[in-house]
Amino acid sequence: MTQPVIFEIQRYRPEIEDEPTWESFEVSCRPEWMILDALNHIKDYVDGTLSYRWACRMGVCGSCGMLVNGKPVLSCATYVTSVLPGPVRVEPLRGFPVIRDLVGDITDFVRKLESVKPWIVRESEQPLEEGEYLQTPEELGEYKQYSMCINCMLCYSACPIYELDPDFIGPAVIALAQRYNLDSRDEGSEERKDILLSQDGIWSCTFVGECTTVCPANVDPAGAIQRYKVTATVDAFKALLPWASR
Amino acid sequence: MGEPVNPGYTEHHAKWHRRRIPIFWWLGNAAYTKFIVRELTSLAVGYAALVLVFQVWSLERGPESYAHFVSWLQLRPVVTLHVVVLGALVYHSVTWLNLAPRALVLRLAGRRLPGAVVLLLHYGAWLVASAAVLWLLLAA
Amino acid sequence: MFSGGGMLSAFFLPATVLVMWIAAPLGWVELTVYDSFAALAHHFVVRLGLFGFVSLAFFHWAHRFRYTLYDGLQLYHLTDLIAVLTYGSAAILSLAAGVILLIL
Repeated sequence: MTQPVIFEIQRYRPEIEDEPTWESFEVSCRPEWMILDALNHIKDYVDGTLSYRWACRMGVCGSCGMLVNGKPVLSCATYVTSVLPGPVRVEPLRGFPVIRDLVGDITDFVRKLESVKPWIVRESEQPLEEGEYLQTPEELGEYKQYSMCINCMLCYSACPIYELDPDFIGPAVIALAQRYNLDSRDEGSEERKDILLSQDGIWSCTFVGECTTVCPANVDPAGAIQRYKVTATVDAFKALLPWASR
Repeated sequence: MGEPVNPGYTEHHAKWHRRRIPIFWWLGNAAYTKFIVRELTSLAVGYAALVLVFQVWSLERGPESYAHFVSWLQLRPVVTLHVVVLGALVYHSVTWLNLAPRALVLRLAGRRLPGAVVLLLHYGAWLVASAAVLWLLLAA
Repeated sequence: MFSGGGMLSAFFLPATVLVMWIAAPLGWVELTVYDSFAALAHHFVVRLGLFGFVSLAFFHWAHRFRYTLYDGLQLYHLTDLIAVLTYGSAAILSLAAGVILLIL
């Protein structure tokens, strides 16, 4: 019960071309197939040189992000039936330099993520005998949403600012910084401030909001960023008060 | 794959591709277009503030100059412009207030206020402010 | 300043424009008579409030328009020029408003 679907896939092979080109493939798709299944079929039976990333095939690893009909999605989580009738346009995520076909270079994202110290930062570690750091469900609730990020970078593709101004640290990085800032076990907010409050940090964001729309894990990075803007502004005012401790 | 045929390519020298962003990138997507329109309402805000100052200034200069200002207000094209400005200002207000719950996390007695409540508070404030303006201009 | 300007203009401008610049010129409402209007506008508190309000509105416009030019028209390379033009005009306009409202 297969159905033929045309996929128009962006190819980029620097050793034979200067600019990306489009190549059409007709694939007989089963009704339950995801875009990833079609790509795997092409790679296995039609053109083994097609390059793309994937791993878990179940929407938790964040590897398979790409643009399908102009929208950033996880190819393993998008039904072919949801993009019918063809032709289905498949391109690499925006905002990242394309290495080959559908594979973008994500070094920029990784560097920026490292720069906000996405781990628990503490003055001193509790001795092991005292056991684990305790946390109430309410304290967990403060940051849980932001911890769901799978680093798929769909938000970077959706964010027009990131493509226009590649110095912008971007939605996921800020949301992850907030995930640690709001974690009761963390004491590192001060250390993350410089990067977050820099010109390329939260202030480059103009609240387009597309990052939240495309996020497959409901992280709401736009909300995280705006909340931090409010926090930063309030803190700035508080620091101006005569009785503030600097 | 065979031998590379692109003369611009040197083997083992990575040649990544970045696309050129079209000048009207924001027309390609409804969400982006709405975003740019939303941001352009700041022009209406600036314009309104400017004319407001001008209005007070002409008031200052006496009944004649104020009458001149009032007659300018009554010109057809000016009224039309101001209807457009009003539309932009309302769009500014609605989009601004709708985004408020995303940015403002308020707590009452330790519990987080639901977004709908924050939204209602903002719209309520808008209503009160508008009523105050109406009272000030019409009744006082 | 940007968010203050945005919030205040969101709350107060629509009603103001509707009444003073649309309803009144079209004759739908009778605005208060010139004398009491002038008296109202004379009140120092009103003028101070107006000055604060329009300054915030100007800076709100400047900040937002600056980013719209960057992002909408991709003018990042003109960053210094745009900053001077937008914030500069906002400052000049606020200064002018200050002179008109508070001194004259």
